Amino acid sequence: MKEEKLMVDGKRIDGRLPEQLRDIKMKLNVVTRANGSAEVKFGKTTAIASVHGPRALFPRYLQESGTGILRIRYNMAPFSVNDRKSPGPDRRSTEISKVIRLALGPTIFLEDFPKITIDGFAEIIEADGSTRVTAINALSLALAAAGIPMEDLVASCSVGKIDGTLVVDLNGKEDNNSEADMAFAMLPNKGVISLLQMDGALTKKEVLKLLQSAKESCMKIYEMQIKVLKDFYKGE
Amino acid sequence: MAEYRDVVIPGEKIDGRKGRKLGNGVYQEGEIIFSKFVGVPRIDENEISVIPLSGVYLPNMGDKVIGIVEGVEISGWLVDINSPYAAFLPIAEAVDEFVDMARTDISRYFDVGDIVFCRLSKVTKNKTVQVSMRDPSARKLYGGIIIKVTPTKIPRIIGKAGSMISLIKNKTKCDIYTGQNGVIWIRGEDKAKAIEAILTIEKESHTMGLTERIESLLGV
Repeated sequence: MKEEKLMVDGKRIDGRLPEQLRDIKMKLNVVTRANGSAEVKFGKTTAIASVHGPRALFPRYLQESGTGILRIRYNMAPFSVNDRKSPGPDRRSTEISKVIRLALGPTIFLEDFPKITIDGFAEIIEADGSTRVTAINALSLALAAAGIPMEDLVASCSVGKIDGTLVVDLNGKEDNNSEADMAFAMLPNKGVISLLQMDGALTKKEVLKLLQSAKESCMKIYEMQIKVLKDFYKGE
Repeated sequence: MAEYRDVVIPGEKIDGRKGRKLGNGVYQEGEIIFSKFVGVPRIDENEISVIPLSGVYLPNMGDKVIGIVEGVEISGWLVDINSPYAAFLPIAEAVDEFVDMARTDISRYFDVGDIVFCRLSKVTKNKTVQVSMRDPSARKLYGGIIIKVTPTKIPRIIGKAGSMISLIKNKTKCDIYTGQNGVIWIRGEDKAKAIEAILTIEKESHTMGLTERIESLLGV
């Protein structure tokens, strides 16, 4: 039962074309006490990521002698959604923390930091769909700003199917009423996919088409990441 | 507006290897060299490296660092070297005379809060770090204040053959010790001016014509 159509005359509820990203804003080093941080906005969805470390890891039984570890915490602020979210970790945020860690882990040279940890925190302060990919983009920038050795940045976006149309970068309403949605992250230079989650039903043809448009969108996001990093270090 | 050096980002292609040595901050895939950091690339005939613009200090054998004693143990001291890894200063590496450990409280040599300029004498693969005072320049630093900067910018603060740091020392009449771990110890007349100059260098380390700006700041 849907009250309104999500696609009208080939345009989406916020006036975008199917393959169009929302207005994306990125800002570096917004958290002064962190080693590196970033704020990324995809339309209304806002994520603030901060990276602390590499720093000493305690209790000692968590230490790995040959390598460092990466810990990620994804958290949605209680005021980030319309109905108040009860604060603290829950099943959903624990799972998302894990998939973000797995999406970012392969790019980091963790073996350079035996016995210590890199801690990444992603806070969603406003949620309007695609929060996990926004968090990945923000954390990837924050890691680079913290001076962590990385193979590549990670760019991420969501794709899906609404009202029978394949679209890119779903907002909250589209996300809730979609026929299928897919979170996607890749290492743009290497062309390697590091996160792929799907919910809903899609044919093989549709999946392949969505993967292609997700890759193209990630390249656009990657261009923005390069620009924000280079501009920041060129001095405002 | 100052001119800026090129900045590379992680995963950015720098150059072909062409038989050159791999320096810090780069990795190789096939025949191509990529950057690991956001940093300034250094390319010459023999070596390719990237100097990161941020990051914490990771210990390297032979580095001269400034540490703060943070614990007195049975046979030595625990030293904070501004790094995720703690360092240990054994008594044999610190004191020349014979010490009867059963009877002596070794805090008479170094106590919690003391500042030491020392050398990293041993760093294992798993980053167990040992520091030593057996070095001509190693000493305990009395009084003064310490500031912390990004460790990778220390070479820029020292300058070519120490030109920048001696300029600051002369103009502000300060004693300055720089540790490769990003800790700087300052004692003397115009400390505020010295700190201002050092923090300016840290902020603008990747720009051209830095020496001239520091000279005008110090009023040469």
